Amino acid sequence: MHNIAHTDEGKGQYFWVWGALLFLTAVEVVLAYEQVLTPLHMLEVLMVLSVVKAALIIAYFMHLKFEVPIMRFLLMASIVICLCLMCIFFADAARILSLGVR
Amino acid sequence: MADVAVHHDLAGEFEPSLFGAYSKKIGMWLFLASDSLTFGALLFAYSYGRISNPAWPTPFAKESILNATIMTACLLSSSLTMVLGVLASHRGDKGAVRNWLLATMFFGSAFIVLHGMEWTKLIAEGMTPFTNPWAPGVPQFGGTFFTLTGMHMLHVTIGVIYLGVVALRKKFLPILLVLWLAGYLLIPSTSVFHYGIHVLLLGAIVSAMIMFLHPKDYDSHDVEVSGLYWHFVDLVWMFIFPLVYLMSTKIV
Repeated sequence: MHNIAHTDEGKGQYFWVWGALLFLTAVEVVLAYEQVLTPLHMLEVLMVLSVVKAALIIAYFMHLKFEVPIMRFLLMASIVICLCLMCIFFADAARILSLGVR
Repeated sequence: MADVAVHHDLAGEFEPSLFGAYSKKIGMWLFLASDSLTFGALLFAYSYGRISNPAWPTPFAKESILNATIMTACLLSSSLTMVLGVLASHRGDKGAVRNWLLATMFFGSAFIVLHGMEWTKLIAEGMTPFTNPWAPGVPQFGGTFFTLTGMHMLHVTIGVIYLGVVALRKKFLPILLVLWLAGYLLIPSTSVFHYGIHVLLLGAIVSAMIMFLHPKDYDSHDVEVSGLYWHFVDLVWMFIFPLVYLMSTKIV
């Protein structure tokens, strides 16, 4: 059975992606261990690195980079939008801090 | 048959497949989309609790971080072996597929064992889903930790069983049952695995139902679809590891 998405290159790229993922993980662990950043900056850096790692896994290991563009767009846009919608309620968490609740 | 009244150019061909992909793949992607929202909601709840509680404990010392890093490396390596298994399935090399899937299961099992050992250590220190010894005023710490990591560990366990069924089919059932029985008899009650081992029995029952009610030869599509599930499990860990572990390192 054939699908109309074009094929990927071969196994070399998967080893590169694996290496990149291990490297990014090592960067995260070193940053956490050395504690050079404030917690807020640490969170920002960790989230950016996590999104990069997620993108590598989705694009190459899950093969989404090689699917048709409409499938990539529909899947990614719908999931990302739904996840971002939840973030609206973080303002409520910050509000609780100023209420003085122990 | 419903297609008798409809004329086709080619026998058995209906409209073109959605996104040019076979329906099993679309189905798995739809499931993964919904599961990512489940984990997203759990991670949001954890983050909300954390932001609104400045006294959130940070108990993970060097040993825990090292353990979690090794677990991450195991999952990343399992994703690599999984994708190599998918490549082998496209080549039609059934022996290589089985070996790569077994390697993936090995790394997944290593993750589960290391994670269970971590849980056992934390429970021995006095952590429960409702209390923790480091910040008694923040009872949510245990609940969010065990829910997030427990849900993820359940997905990994189901994934390992799923891969075992695809790799070994009915031969996997006696292996699962022997592992369950050995675990049940040999693991002491102080370990979380003493209770968690029953997941293997449940998995064996469900797998047996599927394989006996719907016997089939699993082809490259089945391998690819199981690979999608496995990579998703790895993907979720890419968020749980930094948010739960790396943001809670013990500040000395």
